[in-house]
Amino acid sequence: MSLAVSTPSSPTRLRLGLRAGLVIFVLLLGIMPLLNLLPVSHPLHVSDFLVSITGKWICYAILALSLDLAWGYAGILSLGHGAFFALGGYAMGMHLMRLIGPRGVYGHPVLPDFMVFLGYQELPWYWLGFDSFPFAMLMVLLVPGLLALVVGFLSFRSRITGVYLSILTQAMTFALMLAFFRNDMGLGGNNGFTDFKELLGFSLNTSGARAGLFYASLIALVLSFLICQRLTRSKYGRVLTAIRDAESRVRFLGYDTTSHKLFAFVLSAMLAGVAGALYVPQVGIINPGEFSPANSIEAVIWVAVGGRGTLVGAVLGAFTVNGLKTWLTSAAPDLWLFVLGGLFVAVTLFLPKGLIGLMKGRGR
Amino acid sequence: MIHRMPITRRAALAGLGSVLAAPAIRPSFAQAAPIRVGVLHSLSGTMAISETALRDTVLMMVEAQNAAGGILGRRLEAVVVDPASNWPLFAEKARELLAVSRVDVTFGCWTSVSRKSVLPVFEELNGLLFYPVQYEGEEESKNIFYTGAAPNQQAIPAVEYLMSADGGEAKRIALLGTDYVYPRTTNRILRAFLNSKGIADADIMEEYTPFGHSDWQGIVSRVKRFAGEGKRTAIVSTINGDANVPFYRELGNQGIKAEDIPSVAFSVGEEELAGIDARPLVGHLAAWNYFMSVDSPANTQFKAMWQSYIKNPRRVTNDPMEATFVGFKMWAQAVAKAGTTAVDPVRTAIIGQKVDAPCGYTLEMHANHHLSKPVMIGEIEANGQFNIVWKTPNAIPAENWSPFIPENANRRRG
Amino acid sequence: MKHSVLIFLMVLALALPARAQDAFTAGLTGLGTSFNQTAEAVDRLGASGDPRALPLLRALADGRLLRQADGALLIRDGAGAIDAMSGARAEAGGAEPVRLNNRVRVALRGALGRLQLLSPDQAERQAAAEAVFRSRSAENVPLLEAALARETVPAIRARMALALAASRLMASDAADKLLGVTALGATASPEARAVLLEFRSANPDIAPQIDEAVVAIDQRLALRRAAETLFQGLSLGSVLLLAALGLAVTFGVMGVINMAHGEFVMLGAYTTFVVQEALRDIPALQPWSLPLAVPAAFLITAACGAAMERGLIRHLYGRPLETLLMTFGVGMMIQQAVRLAFGAQNREIISPSWMQGTLMLPGDIAVTQNRLWILAFSLVVLALTVAAIRFTRFGLEMRAVTQKRAIAASMGIRTGRVDALTFAFGSGIAGIAGVALSQIDNVSPNLGTGYIIDSFLVVVFGGVGSLAGTLVGAFGLGIINKVLEPWAGAVLAKVFVLVAVMLFIQRKPRGLFAQKGRAAEA
Repeated sequence: MSLAVSTPSSPTRLRLGLRAGLVIFVLLLGIMPLLNLLPVSHPLHVSDFLVSITGKWICYAILALSLDLAWGYAGILSLGHGAFFALGGYAMGMHLMRLIGPRGVYGHPVLPDFMVFLGYQELPWYWLGFDSFPFAMLMVLLVPGLLALVVGFLSFRSRITGVYLSILTQAMTFALMLAFFRNDMGLGGNNGFTDFKELLGFSLNTSGARAGLFYASLIALVLSFLICQRLTRSKYGRVLTAIRDAESRVRFLGYDTTSHKLFAFVLSAMLAGVAGALYVPQVGIINPGEFSPANSIEAVIWVAVGGRGTLVGAVLGAFTVNGLKTWLTSAAPDLWLFVLGGLFVAVTLFLPKGLIGLMKGRGR
Repeated sequence: MIHRMPITRRAALAGLGSVLAAPAIRPSFAQAAPIRVGVLHSLSGTMAISETALRDTVLMMVEAQNAAGGILGRRLEAVVVDPASNWPLFAEKARELLAVSRVDVTFGCWTSVSRKSVLPVFEELNGLLFYPVQYEGEEESKNIFYTGAAPNQQAIPAVEYLMSADGGEAKRIALLGTDYVYPRTTNRILRAFLNSKGIADADIMEEYTPFGHSDWQGIVSRVKRFAGEGKRTAIVSTINGDANVPFYRELGNQGIKAEDIPSVAFSVGEEELAGIDARPLVGHLAAWNYFMSVDSPANTQFKAMWQSYIKNPRRVTNDPMEATFVGFKMWAQAVAKAGTTAVDPVRTAIIGQKVDAPCGYTLEMHANHHLSKPVMIGEIEANGQFNIVWKTPNAIPAENWSPFIPENANRRRG
Repeated sequence: MKHSVLIFLMVLALALPARAQDAFTAGLTGLGTSFNQTAEAVDRLGASGDPRALPLLRALADGRLLRQADGALLIRDGAGAIDAMSGARAEAGGAEPVRLNNRVRVALRGALGRLQLLSPDQAERQAAAEAVFRSRSAENVPLLEAALARETVPAIRARMALALAASRLMASDAADKLLGVTALGATASPEARAVLLEFRSANPDIAPQIDEAVVAIDQRLALRRAAETLFQGLSLGSVLLLAALGLAVTFGVMGVINMAHGEFVMLGAYTTFVVQEALRDIPALQPWSLPLAVPAAFLITAACGAAMERGLIRHLYGRPLETLLMTFGVGMMIQQAVRLAFGAQNREIISPSWMQGTLMLPGDIAVTQNRLWILAFSLVVLALTVAAIRFTRFGLEMRAVTQKRAIAASMGIRTGRVDALTFAFGSGIAGIAGVALSQIDNVSPNLGTGYIIDSFLVVVFGGVGSLAGTLVGAFGLGIINKVLEPWAGAVLAKVFVLVAVMLFIQRKPRGLFAQKGRAAEA
């Protein structure tokens, strides 16, 4: 990635360099689906596989951004962001399942296949409405947002911070995972949802749909980035950073720290939900494994690897770690955990500011 | 059964273009390009415990096939990836195997969810997957061949055995399972079957636990209580691999002997028993289509082949390994018959292929992409092997669409 | 099958002197052919009362009864074999062991029970009474009456009386039946209850009396069931306690979040396996492999802990969140290293005989031995941990460093060394926990992952830095879980507990036993 090329001597120039790098990066991403259309023999042809996997990474990058907002700026280390991501994904998954309609194996007009062979007679009430795209999108935002609101309100009000909050959010995602694994939840149990057919009238599993989802994700990433950037540079953002660094002091200055943190946490959860919703149609499956606590920790590690509190770092980290993972699980199936584990150790020990910090360090 | 546009864009996918096409897994092209065999089994995470042995089985088969001169004069080359027990990663890795590594065939998956995750990918890119594990049925894809058992090839005969004089004439059944789709569907089928045999719902107990459940005290004592209602009781266990060790330990420690409450398991084989002290479990049952203790020339050969490949004379074989072995042989025969590795001709050529399987029967691939399989009931012996106490005289064709699920009557046929 | 039976009979007729054509010989017919015929032969032998039947049936139960191709039966003893009929030594070559299935085992248990009811050996009589109870047949009534008249051991008498009552139910005489019902109704035995219910459908005429007896038993059982649920809760609590105790030291005292804690537990379990395998060839030490594994596991995991603290964690003090992420990476590597070294499969741990089976506490409360040992073990480990912190020099220094690092340092305490030792100590306890968990759970590379979240919750719920809190937290959560389980099912019970703990922490962020000092501000 072209970020490391510039060697500015002042922070301003570095920031300019980063920004230029980011723009170039987004543009490069933007032309990928177009290069996919080139003939295979063309040297610049980009494979379907690369397009689809990059689309997935973009969703991860949105998740990383949302975490960076909570952790890097508000000091809330959530080990349960995977839950918000998964809830967004489930909302989208429910919509996609409803769209299958009578095209399921059993030809039932309404019930998804898994309900048919498990003997459901009618659709559970919480499935109602999900056949409508706007409703489903509303739920993508609302469900993670509400959960974050409740958990955040209770925790911040009780002044639960630091590792306690981390453990609490970890327990939250763990409890949700166990609950979603239950078949009686009516959400597909361990298998979750798969074999989606279409979205907004476009048949999934075609290059066109993949490109469409790719662009939707890219736009979401850019928008999320701009929102987070605008927010963190505003007065609100500066108060947030102050809360991160010395919460009691800010509180004594008369700020309502609870609502400041709550806003950031809820917004962050909603962004994670959007990431999940975009992720599901691209990977073609959503299941309770997404709630696994290890997934949430991994997402935090992306941010740490890239560099927390920089936004760019979160994006960079998500791409770096996932790129490595994709490559290593094929190139070194027995050893990839050592490389990845070693990377996490090395970054926390030697690069407390992440890869971005490394670049800044070089800049000075 | 599932209508999808026939997308034959494989040629278009052939492009390199990918920075991820790791040079390490690129073949060294000899005279003819090697045939590429994808291996899609988890090598890390929770399923590694079961799936690593299957990866080794495929690698063994590839080695043996190469030693025998390959297929169509071409060498075989295995492409191993690690989907890490992560279901979306299964889909990603399947796409990578098909689109980037361009494998000709894939052997892989253990859990139903992993298969469901890769199914759309195999259908979209027209790949070929051999799935070697017993499962709940209710599926049929033109791109998947199922070499494990369907419910009628394992669950129903096992319960019939429990209700027979030899099995202990059970009149009450406790259905214990891990909470996922295979136990749920299997138990739904079994309940309908039991009802049809005159066993009322009051005499059926159904309980589910999470994956990797380790505290079985409560459930085992509830089963004891359930069995204490005055009718011969048996346990039918669809408990998933990892949770079985603590379950059997608890059974042994609470003094439940096979003579009192026999249990029959569908997911416990030689590999699982290798991790437990089997002495307290003597007499408990398992139903499979193959046991390591089968006495047949093909099995003797299979066991010797495995133990010499893995360089450990104590390593065991089990049913999914045999299913992998059979699937591989069938595929190799089909490729030889079709004269090409292209998916469509192979898919046609494989129907009707027969293999002298280690289970001692000749198995045939049917048009529903499932094998005919014999059913065997084995009693656990102290050394962790199974004493085969009952088996079907013939291999039984699979009913992947169970007649005990009423909705199958309205199923769309494709 | 029929053919071989015919041959067998012909051989019998030819080979045996006329004297042997008695009940015993007739009883042997068909033994070792089909499971069906074997079971019938066993029944006949049990009824014969012949002294030659007992060793033969015992041999059959132990898998030592061999059948030659010509149908002759041999009993293997040591390297050789003796002929079951004549008692003469015989050549065992070519003979196959007679196979059993559950049907044969049931018959065998009944037959052995009948034959051993008057045995001089106490344990055999106890087992026999049990077996006769289960096989219950009216034919056993006189036999049981005779045995009961001679029996002096109270526990065996009780068992025999139960067996007699159950056998009476099968009698044709109505008065005898009622006698049996009353006797069974006076017990608090779930088996008696099962027999009564089984009998009920066949005897609608005395259904009211049976129902009354069942209700009486149920009342007596209610208390026992509550006690058993309590024990199950305590047992789950002890597992949680063991898993969380090491964490209570490293997290509670030092404020270090060690996500690799579960992997240390797993290393302890693998140490148990290694010790067991190392002692495989030394029969004298074999029964001691589990006790020996405890110090071995402590030392190995403590060494790993010390290395990790000195090499890595030391650089991250004051940054608990980074420690969390780093130790997560370390955990991944340990897990994969173990998977590559030992394979992904489960490893077999053999439980010593004193940890197998069920123990009857007063009031007929059945508890499993292994869980009872683990419960006791967890309390011992807790006591030792408390003692080490309270009464040793190391404990004193540890507390000093925890309370005020700078002052402790100025008093000459080498704080770095204390940190390393404390972390090693906590890790060592995790290793010990692994030894205990190897007795109830899979020994696989994933062992630790299942415990880490629960452990953190126990520590936070109990109050960080308080061992008493960890104790109460572990047992409290264990019991709540087990009480909820019958109603909610295993999964929902766990979800409820998690949610309840989350809500509790919202109300009391510092846990049950709030602690003051450095750790509380982490």
